[in-house]
Amino acid sequence: MTRNRKITLAAVAIALYLIGVPWLCAGRNYYLGVVTTASGLAVICAGVWLIFYIGRINIGQGAFALIGGYAAAIAVTKWGLSFWIAMPFAGLASMLVGMLIGLPLLRLKGVYFSMITLSLTETARLAAQSLKAVTNGPNGILNIPLPGELSIFGVTVIPDFATLNKHRALFYLGAVLLVVTYAVIHRVVNSRLGWLFRSLQQNEDLASSFGVNVPMLRVIAFAICTFFAGVGGAFFVVMQQSIYPATFAVQDSTYFLLYCFIGGLGFVFGPLVGTFILYMGFEVLQGFKEYQPLLYALLMIGVMLWLPNGLLSIRLPKFLPPKTPSRPASGGDI
Amino acid sequence: MGQVLMNGIYSGVQYSLIALGLTLIFSLMNVMNFAHGQLYVLGGFVTYYVYGIVGLPFAVALFAAAATLAAVGVLFDVLLFRRVLARSARDESTMLLASGSALLLDSLFIIFFGEKHRGVPPVAGGVLRIGQGIFLPYGRALIIALSVILIAAFILFMTYTRWGRGLRAMAQDRDAARLMGVNVARYSMLGWAIAALLAGLAGAMLVSVSGVNSGLGTWISIKAFIMVMIGGAGAIPGAIIGGLVLGMLESLGAHFMSGSQYLAIFVALIVFLAIRPRGLLGRQ
Repeated sequence: MTRNRKITLAAVAIALYLIGVPWLCAGRNYYLGVVTTASGLAVICAGVWLIFYIGRINIGQGAFALIGGYAAAIAVTKWGLSFWIAMPFAGLASMLVGMLIGLPLLRLKGVYFSMITLSLTETARLAAQSLKAVTNGPNGILNIPLPGELSIFGVTVIPDFATLNKHRALFYLGAVLLVVTYAVIHRVVNSRLGWLFRSLQQNEDLASSFGVNVPMLRVIAFAICTFFAGVGGAFFVVMQQSIYPATFAVQDSTYFLLYCFIGGLGFVFGPLVGTFILYMGFEVLQGFKEYQPLLYALLMIGVMLWLPNGLLSIRLPKFLPPKTPSRPASGGDI
Repeated sequence: MGQVLMNGIYSGVQYSLIALGLTLIFSLMNVMNFAHGQLYVLGGFVTYYVYGIVGLPFAVALFAAAATLAAVGVLFDVLLFRRVLARSARDESTMLLASGSALLLDSLFIIFFGEKHRGVPPVAGGVLRIGQGIFLPYGRALIIALSVILIAAFILFMTYTRWGRGLRAMAQDRDAARLMGVNVARYSMLGWAIAALLAGLAGAMLVSVSGVNSGLGTWISIKAFIMVMIGGAGAIPGAIIGGLVLGMLESLGAHFMSGSQYLAIFVALIVFLAIRPRGLLGRQ
């Protein structure tokens, strides 16, 4: 496909999404809400995917979404900031924490990194519960207002959400975030940075010997990842107009892995596809709602047993980077 | 203060049991079992039914929990991990598989056991008084004694028996062990059985003091990871040290900074890992 055709195709897909979904869901706010939630989840998922891309497993994305969510909630309710400032602030706050924690922790390889990120999710929840002065403890922060008007030099760019159809306005906010996120990820992966990230995934030592600044690149990847988590968290906060310590739990962090995996790890839009298929699939199966964790778990185990490279990997093997066998023959002395 | 230390030892020896199983699987298979805490919870539930509901003696309940969990461990190996390990060379796959199993067990617990917190009648009444102002209920003393016996038995088993030697050989070098005539497939089953059994017994013992509920698994797994990260993955002495250190830190933290002790422990862990990424005794 030539570059122009790709751009046209993307533009058509985006236009169809922006016009088609609200048209299909007209008068059915519940379904519009489902699509909106899926797009928010896909934004957070993009970060998890990028960390997969440099060869690590981040099971702590829930923690960063929670940090972003609280940052936005506090900025809006306590400091009285506009949501349009609070959302990037949430992304930056989450990114800052991510970089601070990431600097030491990204040195840890494989299993160690995954263990510490998993612990991080639970720690974030406990922190939100115990730091009552900042987070209002287990009661959470409630009654977070909808985004207000955004105007530049007196010209209204985005009208106050309260004057609009709330569901439709949130859908468009989610859609814009989704498009921007995946455009950024696509750009990153198809740039020089993307080549460097792929070199990390394949062999960090070899990359380092060629003069690649491995620690720096890991932190860059983690910063992008946690920024998306923060923005996604802020989006959920304004959508649900509340946040609790349990808004993002370990289970959510595990789901993000599954979404990425179902979509395929070698493909930029994998997490997007995975999130939409899985999340919306479950809305279709209304009756099974209470068995959602069970079915997700079975799906996850089944995928690992029978389809270890994700759904899209069946059709698009050329997008998959070569796999390096990394399992050492020995486990060590005990 | 003596009481705080005593509480630390009490949690520490149980934590060591949990960490031992996790580190054993890691050193044998290079698999980090994210479902380890769920195995612990399952042990608790078996004891709850056998001892609490049916009313059989506590010793029988312990055996039932050990047998059930050993069987679950073998099933984990045969049905899941062996297949994925054979097909995939990347350790990501087994990590995702383990997270999936953790989610599976968690949701099965919710479906079959509900969300209620369940306790059983105490195994032994009365309180032991040690010196000045240190109280140790007999139930807890029993758990400390049992845990120490189990840890000692595990170490003796690994050091002096034929099976233990086989397991150690496999941990050092799987291929060399195979060449020396160790039946690697059978020994991985044995390793899984022992690891699950230790987690199950720890859960079975704890249910007699603090009860059990469906949501406990993830939290226990996380504690086990913290211990393994302190002690170093793949080292048996490391697991024991990690367990005792975490038990002590928790007890001290609860005493001095009640409420936010885990935040403090976690921050300390990050600083510690920045200095020693492989833990105290982890392999390089």
